[in-house]
Amino acid sequence: MALDKPYLDVPGTTIFDAEQSRKGYWLNQFCMSLMKADNRTRFKANERAYLDEWAMTEEQKLAVLARDLNWCIRTGGNIYFLAKIGATDGKSFQQMAGSMTGMTEDEYRAMMVGGGRSVEGNRFIGEDGSAQAHRQPQGQAGKA
Amino acid sequence: MAHISASVYTSHVPAIGATIDMGKTQEPYWQPLFKGYEFSKQWMKAHTPDVIFLVYNDHATAFSLDMIPTFAIGTAAQYMPADEGWGPRPVPVVQGHPELAAHIAQSVIQQDFDLTIVNNMDVDHGLTVPLSLMCGQPVSWPCPVIPFAVNVVQYPVPSGQRCFNLGKAIAKAVKSFDADLNIQIWGTGGMSHQLQGPRAGLINKDFDNAFLDQLIIDPAALAKKPHIDYVREAGSEGIELVMWLIARGAMSDVNEGKPSPKVAHRFYHVPASNTAVGHLILENL
Repeated sequence: MALDKPYLDVPGTTIFDAEQSRKGYWLNQFCMSLMKADNRTRFKANERAYLDEWAMTEEQKLAVLARDLNWCIRTGGNIYFLAKIGATDGKSFQQMAGSMTGMTEDEYRAMMVGGGRSVEGNRFIGEDGSAQAHRQPQGQAGKA
Repeated sequence: MAHISASVYTSHVPAIGATIDMGKTQEPYWQPLFKGYEFSKQWMKAHTPDVIFLVYNDHATAFSLDMIPTFAIGTAAQYMPADEGWGPRPVPVVQGHPELAAHIAQSVIQQDFDLTIVNNMDVDHGLTVPLSLMCGQPVSWPCPVIPFAVNVVQYPVPSGQRCFNLGKAIAKAVKSFDADLNIQIWGTGGMSHQLQGPRAGLINKDFDNAFLDQLIIDPAALAKKPHIDYVREAGSEGIELVMWLIARGAMSDVNEGKPSPKVAHRFYHVPASNTAVGHLILENL
């Protein structure tokens, strides 16, 4: 019998469950390696060569090289692991989170200062809130 | 006999730690947040416990995908602040309390909670940011800390009910420790936030304030809230709030039929980076 996954109908959201974890195992373990300063230096010196040391899929490597966090998540990445890439790039968590919305850094920051994203219309897929697929990208960064 | 005197609840946003470490707490963006913790720092000085039992989650720091313990108790003598990728936070080394930690581990496991016992780990912002918020920037932390890490990274995380029941088991364990220690239990993480996908930046003030109300008045009912409600209403990372139920389940109204705890302090602020910050101090009567 299939497992109950009541979270699949939340828009703009990927829950990191066992299936995602299995898919993203090497991608996330690569991210963990960036917690060591020496590895950060080696990665920055030649990203492709460093990625090739890991048993990641080609798609996962391309997603990392593109710094496309939504793509990384689709291929099994988890944000707490992916944050190590952002840290290596000198990015804050807010810059990383904002990058997944198609907003510029200023647009995203303004949304947060204004009280954050409303849950209205964003509870279930098929509503009309800002996180719904038909409303992407949400800002100028995604339209550039 | 050891006893739990109070519980503290707070968000543990990494940017808060970075702001403290860089001396930027008086910037206009951050000033209202830190103002909300001024009372708390005074309270902490007046109510310094002998030990803090600190419930938090590791953010892919000590635990990678190599091992994912649902509940892990630190029984080491000390814990180093972790390098999470930005370099370690410049905060004091965390001193443990191996004797009490081992006692709690034994008692709680015998109450049917299968804890993982950890003798060697670094602690990340989940543990050190609450200490900074409550204690400021001391040369050393005011007392030993027992780290208690909960998996909220890979789904499924433990249910609210399981967390609440675990809190009760911890209270029982503390009570059976012979030394006369004053213990605080802290529940950290949350409140509403989502760090991933097009829905990143979700904040739900109504949910958060209702959560705070119910945590104070009727935690047993709050414990029944299913995971999906946290995800849908408070964001995928808002699920960290289940950890608050561990601390709440250890309070004396729940375990000894005493009156509801005194609300010494309550604070709520949006935003800190991507997150709604909630904070409570509850004292046992």
